[in-house]
Amino acid sequence: MEEKYDLMIIGAGAAGLTAGIYASRAKLKTVILNEGVVGGQMVLTEEVANYPGVETTKGYMLANTMKKQAKSFGCKIKSNIKIKEYSLENKLKKVTLEDGRKFTANAVILTPGGRPRSLNIPGEDQFKGRGISYCATCDGDFFTDKEVIVVGGGNSALEEAVALTNFATKVSIVHQFDHFQAFEHAVKEAKENPKIDFIMESELRSFEGNGNLEKVTIEHIPSKNITDRKIDGIFIFIGYLPNTESIKGRVPMNERNEIIVDGDMKTGIEGVFAAGDSIAKRYRQVTTAVADGTIAALSASEYLRN
Amino acid sequence: MKLLQTTIHEIETADELQKIINENENVMVCCGRMGPMCIPVYDEMEELQEERENVKFYSMAFDNPEASIVRNAPECQGFMGLPFTMYYKNGKVAKATSSIQNREQITSVLDEHFGN
Repeated sequence: MEEKYDLMIIGAGAAGLTAGIYASRAKLKTVILNEGVVGGQMVLTEEVANYPGVETTKGYMLANTMKKQAKSFGCKIKSNIKIKEYSLENKLKKVTLEDGRKFTANAVILTPGGRPRSLNIPGEDQFKGRGISYCATCDGDFFTDKEVIVVGGGNSALEEAVALTNFATKVSIVHQFDHFQAFEHAVKEAKENPKIDFIMESELRSFEGNGNLEKVTIEHIPSKNITDRKIDGIFIFIGYLPNTESIKGRVPMNERNEIIVDGDMKTGIEGVFAAGDSIAKRYRQVTTAVADGTIAALSASEYLRN
Repeated sequence: MKLLQTTIHEIETADELQKIINENENVMVCCGRMGPMCIPVYDEMEELQEERENVKFYSMAFDNPEASIVRNAPECQGFMGLPFTMYYKNGKVAKATSSIQNREQITSVLDEHFGN
């Protein structure tokens, strides 16, 4: 069975949902095919305080509103699917799902988004939920009066480290470089917090424990000196990876596997556009994803009209 | 009082949970908050409850005092990540997991303990 649409959008994060809103409102028959959770990274954001025109809200609530908006304009959303195959080169674009369903459209917007980067070191899977966490707001209270390590040097790492001081007796930030990538205000707030100390130019090498996490191995990169440290919890915030493995080779990408687009979100393949966290760009915010999604939808609409 | 904004039926009391697991062969209960680690699990359950008629899907608010029946379950000892997800087979805990789980992880537990 083949379902025909004017426009297919791959991914239902902020960029994909926004593109869905604009395209459906422009009366394009639109479907969003989504392999992950509707809302994408937005859902993983506990609090969104800087989305213009919206007072501080939960990420999942903002995502839910966008989803409802897209549906209200007639956009179809197919979630929790697995895409088996893409055919993007021809004028008629095709996507085949693992369950055999086929979708076709005259244009495609790729918004596969990104996912939190993991350390990929021994013990990480074993101790997830048993000492290793990726969300301070969710799990911080399990570490009340305990010592924790935060891994990372960006805004998330430093902000979450400060948040964890509300629970933990001590928070150590382990970062691979000798400086932070976070905004200056986040660095300042962390440095001024007496419960936080810093282990710079260092990386974790392994996790150990009996049932729950008990110990980590840390390597000081310049000296290659390895030390073991007893620890109750680890919070990992080391950035995001683009979800572009399945479309590699089908659209132009840079060395970081991010999709290369022009100012109109065109990929260089006729009728194929891209937007959101998976494209090559510097800043990844809900607002920038929404802007990208808008431009991609308007460009796709123009392409389809012509 | 219901605390979770999902379409999954929210269990409000320990007695209700006990009744459900006594009366149903296969039960999955996700005990969490409306947070970023829990919502993806609820989302998967919302989809799965339409696909798996042999399993009953429920949520329970972690901060509900009645949820101590889950929080203090022996199978959850050492859990340090939300949500606590319980899989009950014939009234007994067949499996318990901590923290976020993706669709493949959930369905592998469902397949292993409850069958397809």
